[in-house]
Formats: sequence, C-alpha cells, structure tokens
Amino acid sequence: MLRYTLSACAFAAALHAQPLRAASNQDLDNIRTEIRNMRDAYESRITALEKRLAETESKAQSVETRATEAQILSPPTVASASGFNPAMSLILSGTYANLQRDPDTYQITGFIPSGGEVGPPKRSFSLAESELVMSANIDPYWRGDFTLALDPDNAVAVEEAAIQSLALPKGLTLKAGRFFSGIGYTNEQHAHAWDFVDAPLAQKAFLGKQYSHDGVQLKWLAPTETFLELGVEVGRGHRFPGSERNQNGLGSYAAFAHAGGDVGASHSWRGGLSFLHNRPQAREFKEGEITNSFSGRSGLWLADFVWKWAPEGNARQTNFKFQTEYYRRSERGELTYNTSAPVTDIYRSQQSGGYAQAVYQFQPRWRVGARYDRLEHGSLNLGSAINPANLPVLAAHNPARSTLMLDYSSSEFSRWRLQIARDVSRLGQTDNQLMLQYVMSLGAHGAHKF
Amino acid sequence: MRNYLFGLLVFFMHAPAQAALNVFACEPEWAALAQELGGEQVRVYSATTGMQDVHHIEARPSLIAKARSADLLVCTGGELETGWLPQVLRQAANPKILPGRPGYFEAVSAVVRLEAPKQLDRADGDVHAGGNPHIQTDPRNIKRVADALFMRLNQLDPSAAPQYEARYKAFTERWQKAIAKWETQAVRLKGVPVIVHHKHFSYLIQWLGMREVGMLEPKPGLEPTPAHLSALLEGLKRQPAKLVLRTTFQDDHAAHWLAERAKIPVVPLPATVGGSEQARDLTSFFDDLIRRLTSEIPG
Repeated sequence: MLRYTLSACAFAAALHAQPLRAASNQDLDNIRTEIRNMRDAYESRITALEKRLAETESKAQSVETRATEAQILSPPTVASASGFNPAMSLILSGTYANLQRDPDTYQITGFIPSGGEVGPPKRSFSLAESELVMSANIDPYWRGDFTLALDPDNAVAVEEAAIQSLALPKGLTLKAGRFFSGIGYTNEQHAHAWDFVDAPLAQKAFLGKQYSHDGVQLKWLAPTETFLELGVEVGRGHRFPGSERNQNGLGSYAAFAHAGGDVGASHSWRGGLSFLHNRPQAREFKEGEITNSFSGRSGLWLADFVWKWAPEGNARQTNFKFQTEYYRRSERGELTYNTSAPVTDIYRSQQSGGYAQAVYQFQPRWRVGARYDRLEHGSLNLGSAINPANLPVLAAHNPARSTLMLDYSSSEFSRWRLQIARDVSRLGQTDNQLMLQYVMSLGAHGAHKF
Repeated sequence: MRNYLFGLLVFFMHAPAQAALNVFACEPEWAALAQELGGEQVRVYSATTGMQDVHHIEARPSLIAKARSADLLVCTGGELETGWLPQVLRQAANPKILPGRPGYFEAVSAVVRLEAPKQLDRADGDVHAGGNPHIQTDPRNIKRVADALFMRLNQLDPSAAPQYEARYKAFTERWQKAIAKWETQAVRLKGVPVIVHHKHFSYLIQWLGMREVGMLEPKPGLEPTPAHLSALLEGLKRQPAKLVLRTTFQDDHAAHWLAERAKIPVVPLPATVGGSEQARDLTSFFDDLIRRLTSEIPG
C-alpha cells in the first residue's frame, strides 16, 4: 500500500516537473535525488513496520501455543454436579459347590453357634454376596465409605457405613458408624479379598464370620520408623459374641495393637494383638427346635501375624504370603436351656482355635494355597441343672479342616478359584468339599490393604 | 576445590537450622529429583525401588509409617499409584500430604501426557484417564517437574529459598547440557522401530524419535498371551522392528520368545533410577538408557 503511494508521489513529482522543461539539469538532478531520498526513507520505514508486524504476529502465535499448552495441562473441568459423585465399585461373585454333607446340617460342634452365616454355600450353583461400594471425601475433614451386601436371597444388608476423619492431628483417626472391627487380620478384610472361598473356622466360631461394630473407633499411628498402631473401639455390641441388649451405655469394646515393617527389600511383616469384650444378654442359639440363650461376659484374645515375600519387592512375577491367627475366648455367665420352659444355670468356657495358611504365586496370574484350621474345645462347664446330653452342639469335639486352593486371575480385577477341603467341623462327620468360585470387581479401582 | 569450600561454608551456616523437610517419594526418580533440588534441606524416602512395578505395590506397614511423618509427598500421580497410595494415605493419618494440600505433589501436573484414552473402559486394559503416567523416561519432563517441584519446595520451606534457588540453577544448567549431549549421542536412534513390553517407554520413544510398532502385552497391564505374541510375530513380517524393549524388572520370557523368532535383540532398560546397576541417579539413569539403546544400533 505504502509502496503505491510512493510511486504515485514520484509520478506526481514527474508531472509537476513537466512545465519546468527549461529548468537546468542541475535542478532535475536535485529533484531526482530528493525523490530517491524520499523513496529510501519510506522504504526503510516500511521494512521496519513489516518487521514489527511479523514480530507481533509471531508473538501472538506463541501466546496462542502457550494458551493451548496450558489448556492441555489443565483440562477444562466439567461443571456438572456429577463430578462430585462418590467412587463406586461393585463386586460380583458366585460359586459352584459339591458337598458330601447337607450344608443345612452344618455346625461347628463343641462351640456355641454364632447365628451368623458360617456354613458352606448351597450345593450346585449359587450366587455369593454382591457388594456395592461407594466412597468419597465429604469435605476436607471427613470421608465416607458405604458397603451394601446384596444376598442371593434378595436380602440387603448394610455391611459397612462409616465416616472417617481426614484432618485430625498427631496421627489420630476417628471412625464412626458401622465398620468391620480392626481386631486381628482377616476380620477387617472384605470377603472378596480373602485368599480362600470361605473364612477361617476360628473366625466363624468366635466372631460369627466377621465382627462389625455400630460404634466409634479411635486409632493412633505412632510417629516411629517401625509401623505401630494402637486402636480402641466401642459399640453397641449387638453382634455375636454380643447380643442386642436395649440398654444405654457401651455393649462392647475392643482394643488392638499392630506393628509391622520390612526386612530388606523382599520381606515385610505385620503382627498384632487384640482384645474384644462383649456383654451379651439372652444371646439365643438353636438346638433343633429348642431355643437356648446365654447371658454374661465374653472376652476374646486374638493374635495375628502375616509375613509376605516378593523377590526385590516386585510381587508381579512370584510372591509368597504366610498368615496365621490364634483366638482364645472365655465366656462366663448363665445358660438358659429351652427358653419356653427355661432351666438356667452356670456356663463357663475357655476355648481356643486358629489357623495357618500360605499362598504362593508361582507365575503371573496363578496362585496356589493351603490352609489348616483347628479349634480346641477346651474346658466347658455347665451347672448341674442343665443336662449336657440335651445340648449335643456343645459336645466335646475339636473341629479341624484342611483346604487347598488354586486360583487364576485374568487381570487384577478378576479371579477364578478352585478349592477342595476336608472339613471336620461336625462331630464324627467328614465333609469333603469342592468349590469353584469367581470374584470380580468392576468400577473404581480399589486400593487393598496389606 | 572452591565448590567444596562453598559447600562447607553452607554446611556450617545452616547446620543448626531447623529440621529438614521429610519427603516421601513414591518413585525413585522423584526421590532423586527431590534430593537434587533439596540437598541438605530435605530428608528423602523412596517408597519403591527401580526393580518394582509401581502399579503393583502393597500398602505395606512400612510405607504407612513413613507417610505418617512426611511433610511433602512427591508422586507421579495420574492414577499410577491408585492401587496402594490411597490406602497408605488413609491409614497414615497425616493431613499435610492429602491431595489438594501443599504437601501433595503430583509430577504429571507439570507435563503434557501422551496416549490419553478417548474412552474409559476396563476392556482396554489398565488405562489411565489422563494418559500414560510413565513420564520419567523423557529428560525434558524431568526438567518440567523440577520447575514445579522447585516452586513447591519454596512454598513449603521459604526459609531455605536461597539454597533451593542455587541448587535449582545448578541442576537446570547441568541438565540442559546433559540433554543436548544425550540427543547428540542418540541421533542414530531416530526412526528406529521398536517393540515394547508395556507402555513404559512411550516418552523415551517420542523424545528420541523412535517408532513403537508393537506391544507384548495384549492390553496395557495384562500379561502377554501366546496368541497375542504369535499375531505380533506375524505382524513383524510386514512391519519389522529392530529392538524389543522391556524393563529390567519384567519377566523376560515373552520378550525372548519373540526376539528369538524375529531375530532381533532384547534390550532390558531401567525404568527409573535404581533399575540397573549403572542407573544410580538421574543423570546416570539417562546415560544408561542411551548407552543400552545405542549399543544395539551400530552408528
């Protein structure tokens, strides 16, 4: 554009020069020089302008690139309420069972029945519990976890529904609501995280499969190099070995201490000691058609130890896990035989049991495991008013079980398991069991405990 | 000599100063970087080693105990540690290092991630919503994370700002020179087609201009299957590769099966600091990567 103006000027100047034909050559030369100077001046200004323009353009471009980069770095947040939805996951599980004995006759002879679902699954195909898990932070101070267990018989149970503190100082954590007690090792684990299809016998006999509180838990993590955690729990104590009491105050309390650490890069361990106290009142159990009940005090000691090995701490190829727990329970109080025509007298028992298991991943995806369970009937004293012959479920018997399993995981979210067991829970009857199980989790990636 | 004297001077000036910042690094590369930038102002703990697969770590008691007293958590983020870190944080009862607090630092927030999935479906394997989280094999990413980490250290411990500044400057200068050196050494890797075991080296491949033409895992995170390996071998006839890359901690059966049949070498590479005997720190980690790769591709 400027260039045209310049040429026009030069042309105008030339026209202007027309009538001055007579003017001397000297003048013409002067004019020419002037025009050339003008042109040079304009051209240099044009070049400068063009250069500045180019610079501005490139700057604009780089700003734009940076803006795009920034956009990539911080993707636009979706402004919708669903962004705050809790993380959800669902556990699907089912079994096929071949059982030598009728699972409806299952009992752990020698031990007061817990009333929990402790028996083996139904014969043939059956659906196991489906678990629906939701969790999210509530605000900067609290987080909430919710686990719903959907029974194959269409019953729904709130397995866990607890809030947990996030911002307490000094290594303290407070939990309230319904939650699996932190006693022992497997009690706090959900069934889908177990290494075998079913729970250890001792856990079935002493905790009715799994013990949860409706209550409060306070934990303290010590500021030490070695892991050391202390916890106390109080609750209503309505679950076996407690019972519904309809009383103010505390129905149960528990205390536990866990310690753990690494030995080199390849080994790690955790051990603990726990105590659970309950005050059951009219805790009922059935013996055939007759209902009996126990009232008194129940104290349970629990020792647990887990040791894991993975070469260089890389568990991907091969790894090994050993775990064992020992339970010791004493109950004193009164036993009422046949609540419809009650006979009541003293009941005292001192019983124990435990298990040891080992699981070895011998190549990616594949694991084998073995477990041995044993319960000691120990001492069980009944007052003379009660005829022990009327209570065959309490007959002197040391239940035992041996289990082998093989499992295959097509990914970390799916697992197929084959398990065989020789179960001598019932007095004088051996139950040979074969079970096939799948456990799959979908949805949010759960982070598992040690 | 002058460096030593200066170091000694700094040491005596600041020896009685406040306790060092406890840094809990999820991976050895960030432990190394935090040490580079923090020097004596930090006490660094690495939760994992170069011989472990950071996807598959358990929330061990030792990790929980360490996280309890950490002032700063330096992790890759981007769901890489999703199988264990949330559990560690939940049990560690340390509000300082929870997500969103200044003590929580995610390295991926400083870099542009590759391979972000268009859809999220577990049928596609172990995919991460934000893209590939193995960002540490591109030294330019290390620099970007260093920039962000430097700012974070200053924010958490302003009293040591001059020391951080000095270390950051020295590191950056050294790092830029090293990048230039590595790029020169690796010129002949440009365009080299490779097979990878897992998507551990996408950033390395992109940085050096190599080409990824196949993966031993059928889907990210799933173990190689015979069917997939056979298909891969068949594909190599049309689209040949020159190397099979695997990390030093991964099982070498699948890589060797393919390499033997395709008659190409397997190159075990450290995935991070400590992943090989030579990779002792960040610089020697990249030295080792380049050395292992170039020794298989004659110049």
